[in-house]
Amino acid sequence: MEAHSSEVFVIGLTVFFLACIIGYYVVWSVTPALHSPLMGVTNAISSVIIVGAILAAGPQGFDTSKIFGLIGVVLASVNIFGGFLVTYRMLSMFKKKTKKTREKK
Amino acid sequence: MVAILYLISALLFILALRGLSHPESSRMGNIFGIIGMIIAVFTTLMFKSVFSYYEIGAAILIGGAIGSFIALRIEMTALPQLVAAFHSLVGLAAVFVAAAAFYDPVAFSIGKVGSIKTASLVEMSIGTFIGAITFSGSVLAFGKLQGTISGKPLVFKFQHFINALIFLLIIFLIILFVVNQSPTIFWTIVVVSILLGFLVVIPIGGADMPVVVSMLNSYSGWAACGIGFTLSNNLLIITGALVGASGAILSYIMSKGMNRSIINVVLGGFGGEQDSSSSKDNSDKIVKQGNAEDAAYIMKNADSVIIVPGYGMAVAQAQHALREMGDILKKEGIEVRYAIHPVAGRMPGHMNVLLAEANVPYEEVLELDEINHDFPMTEVSFVIGANDVTNPAAKTDESSPIFGMPILDVEKSQSVLFVKRSMATGYSGVDNELFYRDNTTMLFGDAKKMCEDIVKSLSA
Repeated sequence: MEAHSSEVFVIGLTVFFLACIIGYYVVWSVTPALHSPLMGVTNAISSVIIVGAILAAGPQGFDTSKIFGLIGVVLASVNIFGGFLVTYRMLSMFKKKTKKTREKK
Repeated sequence: MVAILYLISALLFILALRGLSHPESSRMGNIFGIIGMIIAVFTTLMFKSVFSYYEIGAAILIGGAIGSFIALRIEMTALPQLVAAFHSLVGLAAVFVAAAAFYDPVAFSIGKVGSIKTASLVEMSIGTFIGAITFSGSVLAFGKLQGTISGKPLVFKFQHFINALIFLLIIFLIILFVVNQSPTIFWTIVVVSILLGFLVVIPIGGADMPVVVSMLNSYSGWAACGIGFTLSNNLLIITGALVGASGAILSYIMSKGMNRSIINVVLGGFGGEQDSSSSKDNSDKIVKQGNAEDAAYIMKNADSVIIVPGYGMAVAQAQHALREMGDILKKEGIEVRYAIHPVAGRMPGHMNVLLAEANVPYEEVLELDEINHDFPMTEVSFVIGANDVTNPAAKTDESSPIFGMPILDVEKSQSVLFVKRSMATGYSGVDNELFYRDNTTMLFGDAKKMCEDIVKSLSA
């Protein structure tokens, strides 16, 4: 990751726009019935910010930055566990309840 | 190696969202998401600069325990509040990570204290700004959804002007911060952004909450993105962009469901206000009232029934009794289906979850455009806890505040049963002419009690 800083930024920007486009198509394909679980999952994965918090909490010793990092880890963990679990709960309700014979109109 | 592992984790997140295209693939999707997160966390723990495994492990355990406890105990009706609360945590976490990066730039290789790279400073302050807004906005949205704070929109003079001024102030502060890298300025940005977050959500009313919750979902993604740029971390950028896009699309769908532009919602002042002036001209008209036995009789003699649930049904916790009613009707050989309006709950897809919780098979639950053309062929529409989303004025009355909103065409079915507590208007404050039609029967009472009574009459 040691590259010229403006180069790094452009790479980041490229990744960002491509990810937005992927996000656009993937999210439109989500069935409206599952929009609540979608919010649950996105909430959980946005807590991947924990990566930054771990880096801040990583070094030895105790300083301001480390405390902030640890708080960040706690907050993000609440979300990760909470988000995935609540999504799991929601999705398990959407199991098929009728028999496989689905009458078509 | 790290980059590859992060890439795998990002791909797994994309698959997690992709899985939600169908209920059957969705559970696998959730598992992909969990695996992606585990990979991301362990990859980061393997960094040479990371030593304090015990502290981090303890922090994860504490957070995980709290999160699991809440997620396992929460009632599905309270889902919107929960999501709002979770969004606020993402926002706050973003602020803390940005602060950590500011105090210890070496750990993130973005420079040294006092001489952090300019680009990193800009990205850091933008991440902080969005994170702080997400935090305070979500806290307020949580309060409004929970009922601790009045759901009424609070509108005051020069509101938008003040917000615009504060926004300009933040831009100025960011420039100042980039120049002098002062901790005081950093925390000023945090405080002022928190204030702006409150001010942005304050004027938005209860009925607009689906849009607000989606919008905050989007913000939490952009905040993660901002931090991703600060740390030059592609995983954070990708995930943030996915979440941001998802929230933005949901906001778009929700505001379209109310026929309002996102800007209109953000500017606020709609919903929660009961404007009585528009309902005067209908006060002398006659409504046909019925009771549970009448409703049971009408439905028993029909071939097809479409149930239109609204938020009122969720408030009354009537979903189980309603499903029981549907089951009995199905046993009689009557076709029973559910019609869901996009803004039927307090967050996108909320009503679907509530019905699924009550064991309604998801194949029987249809979206507006899937079922709307079936109303003319339907004998009975059973509207429970919904109002505005069935109001034909949205199609005919140009002066109506809900004009242009897509509605469920219940008026086209042969008869309409309306379960309502009283004649009060819906969130929009508009009277519903459907109440006064000949083929409409009003069933006054609590939604849950009414369903239970109908079940009794049906089984008798």
